[in-house]
Amino acid sequence: MTTLASRSARTKTVDSRRRLVVIGNGMAGARAVEEILARGGAVQYRITMFGDEPYGNYNRIMLSHVLSGEEDTGNIFLNSLAWYRDNDITLHAGVRVDKIDRFAKLVFSGDGRATPYDVLIIATGSRSHLPPMDGMYTPGGRLLPGIFAFRTIDDTTGMVSYAQQDHHHRAVVIGGGLLGLEAARGLQSHGIDVEVVHSGGHLMNAQMGPDGGAVLRRSVEALGIGVHTGSRTTAVLGADRVRGVRLRDKPDIECDMVVVAAGIRPNVDVAVTSGLPVERAIVVDDQMRVPDEDEIYAVGECIQHRGEVYGLVAPLWEQAAVLADHVTGANPKAAYLGSRTATKLKVAGVDVASMGLQAPERDTDEHVVFSEPSRGVFKSIVIRDSKIVGATLLGDSRKVAYLTQAFDRGLPLPDERVSLLFDIGGPGEEAGVAELAGDAQVCNCNGVSKQTLVDTVAGGCTTLAGVMDATRAGKGCGSCKLLVRQVVEWAADGAVEEDPAAAYYVPGVPLEKAALMKAIREQGLRSVSAVFAALAPGGAEDAKSKMGLASLLKMMWAGEYIDERDARFVNDRVHANIQRDGTFSVVPQMKGGVTSPEQLRRIADVADKYKIPMVKLTGGQRIDLLGVPKEDLPKVWADLDMPSGYAYGKSFRTVKTCVGQEYCRFGTGDSTRLGIEIESRFQGIESPAKLKLAVSGCPRNCAESLVKDVGVVAVDGGRWEIYVGGAAGAHIRKGDLLATVDSPETVKLLAGRFMQYYRERANWLERTYAFVPRVGIEHLRAVIVDDAEGLGAQLDAAMQESVDAYVDPWTERDDPFTPGQFRTSLPLEVLPQVPVR
Amino acid sequence: MSASPDAGQGTGLSNTGQGAILHVLGPLDQVPVGEGRAFGVAGEQIAVFRLRDGSLRAVSAVCPHKGGPIADGTIDQAVVMCPLHQHAFELDTGCSTTGAGPLRRYPVFADGNRNIVLRLP
Repeated sequence: MTTLASRSARTKTVDSRRRLVVIGNGMAGARAVEEILARGGAVQYRITMFGDEPYGNYNRIMLSHVLSGEEDTGNIFLNSLAWYRDNDITLHAGVRVDKIDRFAKLVFSGDGRATPYDVLIIATGSRSHLPPMDGMYTPGGRLLPGIFAFRTIDDTTGMVSYAQQDHHHRAVVIGGGLLGLEAARGLQSHGIDVEVVHSGGHLMNAQMGPDGGAVLRRSVEALGIGVHTGSRTTAVLGADRVRGVRLRDKPDIECDMVVVAAGIRPNVDVAVTSGLPVERAIVVDDQMRVPDEDEIYAVGECIQHRGEVYGLVAPLWEQAAVLADHVTGANPKAAYLGSRTATKLKVAGVDVASMGLQAPERDTDEHVVFSEPSRGVFKSIVIRDSKIVGATLLGDSRKVAYLTQAFDRGLPLPDERVSLLFDIGGPGEEAGVAELAGDAQVCNCNGVSKQTLVDTVAGGCTTLAGVMDATRAGKGCGSCKLLVRQVVEWAADGAVEEDPAAAYYVPGVPLEKAALMKAIREQGLRSVSAVFAALAPGGAEDAKSKMGLASLLKMMWAGEYIDERDARFVNDRVHANIQRDGTFSVVPQMKGGVTSPEQLRRIADVADKYKIPMVKLTGGQRIDLLGVPKEDLPKVWADLDMPSGYAYGKSFRTVKTCVGQEYCRFGTGDSTRLGIEIESRFQGIESPAKLKLAVSGCPRNCAESLVKDVGVVAVDGGRWEIYVGGAAGAHIRKGDLLATVDSPETVKLLAGRFMQYYRERANWLERTYAFVPRVGIEHLRAVIVDDAEGLGAQLDAAMQESVDAYVDPWTERDDPFTPGQFRTSLPLEVLPQVPVR
Repeated sequence: MSASPDAGQGTGLSNTGQGAILHVLGPLDQVPVGEGRAFGVAGEQIAVFRLRDGSLRAVSAVCPHKGGPIADGTIDQAVVMCPLHQHAFELDTGCSTTGAGPLRRYPVFADGNRNIVLRLP
């Protein structure tokens, strides 16, 4: 196999460092190495890592987000390959270690290599347990197509591509634990009908008792997931691929895929083959050493410590720290004494927390229970000798931080037990952060305590981003980011600094927008390359900054802007929106959503002629032609003979309208006409982020004006309300009323003035729904309506200049701006194909 | 200017005598400054970039993440960013700076006749 990161042979002198070899490049192995490096281990050791999977190190917890499509695989990496290179670590990715020779101190790997070590760390983790079922394997010994485990990136991407094939509709998930429910929920997001088959009596029986399980079942079923408990799968049906499963004593279930999430088993093969002590897993002592082996350590899910085997991430962090203390000699007294496992997670959208006992065990144990199945809420606390010895919380995680702390530390409890379950006139959220004990864990993915955050702030790091980088808090699943921010703000006591780079307009030029615009104007910088040369550190270009600068310069210089096409994103180079398969979408302008039979005929003819795979109505009242290859764009535009609708840029997009007073019996103003006029005036102007507008003919608001960047509503008496800063996408916000005016002309003037003010003042990619509350509607009213700062004429003139500089970009069809502007960048057949409907 | 997707297919070859083969991909002017264009060379898809300092870089044209068209990416002197999900790759090494798999890189230069010449191993 390949060596992905090989050490450069830059020094000829003898490397006197000891050799540290790590078997396993998962979360445990990589974390152990990070801890060792943090203790100065790079001075003592040359580090070599072996990983079974052909990747860097990734956050396995996030695979359920990858399955559901919320995350890309690229975003879940904890350490990129560059990290290994930067830390001088030799990584053998995709290479499995077969055997250890403890006497010769050699590791033998599948690529025929024998690697010597002085110190060895085994971090081989776990694998999915595949319980024996008939029909699982083809006669050739391979898993039947359609059966998946759920453990690795490859498992996950395999599942996604299988689930997306058109003829696959139904899945059975075997296992109703945490992983099984996550798999079921993830598959649902690909339009798959899912049923969970669980051999236990209730869902998540490792974490909760039957009462909690019943409430969870209701919540899961409410999501549309079928649940079969007490059901054992005896066989997988289908000769060529999965067709169904057979259950003991129950009818067969038809399905197209089977996901096995029936637990994990430690990977101990290497240890067994090499003669190391293995019981349920590799045995280690409190120093994380394998007994009788001074130079062999083990860490993570592959170990057994004091009889316990852990399958959660939190214990692993504690183990890695102790291991590193010993390997580097940083703290020879460090000892791992086991972990009390408290889990807090979101399973299939339901908050679940569990710790300790599920139910009372002794006659004297107290049991405090609250159950409200219709809301999916269940809380159960087991108390012994006035201390919490177990808790389960479902559907409401508000008291979890406090309960976890009380459980971990055996805190005294309030006499009124009900206040364990609910905040009854108790301290609010603010006090919550202050009250949290220092060693309370804030980030459960990376095991960061409140004290660590506080210490980092005290050490001089007072930006949220800085603290997150330094501690990795909030860098796992991200669900704790708000709490991290609260702790940082509390610790800094109001002295939280904004990260200076966060205020730069673009990352590659260290200036805020106002200062950047001033410098550009003073130095007469009319092109993106001129801005880099004059204002970037070392004059260096920055790919991430190009698009934002191009937009800003076009806005500032209008017709005088020097248009360097390499500064544009591909969408703006070819005036169409790139799709997942590398084809483009074409949306012709359809002002105010008004069209004609003649236009529709032309669009239909184009769709026929170019075999457009999908024709779709957009949310902005236009028609989208999807799946157009780049080289066809000029011909498609020519045959359409309509201007661009700008459905691809950070720019003015469209004006949605209702039919208005011409036809609607409720209409009080001519909304379609005003919409068309606004779109004609402001078509294509670039802005920090896209602008979506609407005009409604009466307060019934059929064009949804209240949730647009600029929305106009006709009210009785020939008057018009102008709303700004509304949104109804990933973020929902009702726009703020900017003004109520008497004429369509004034609407156009004030809308233009607002948009120009936004173009000049907003940060790159800051939508109006963030900009408007940031500067405040009163301020905007003063500047735009009352002209309190005397900027009105200047804003109007600047906008007029942009309007005058408008050219329909689709006219480039006859005269390409650059050589090969519309040349294909890829043969499309190698790309993932978007299914044709 | 050639808008043909096959530009570069019918190119001249010469053997360097060391097993590597030089492919002449045609005039330098096919690739605008600061941009990239894709070429099919001996069955491989290769993106050739012309940096703002005038030098050339060549890497494989398909993003290892989700198959995005690398030649449509945005570049600076150091990296190319895939247009689909903004994964970045070092133009000198092909290695990703954002955790994706690597691109292959190929030696490429402009000859005395301002033709793009690519060396395949």
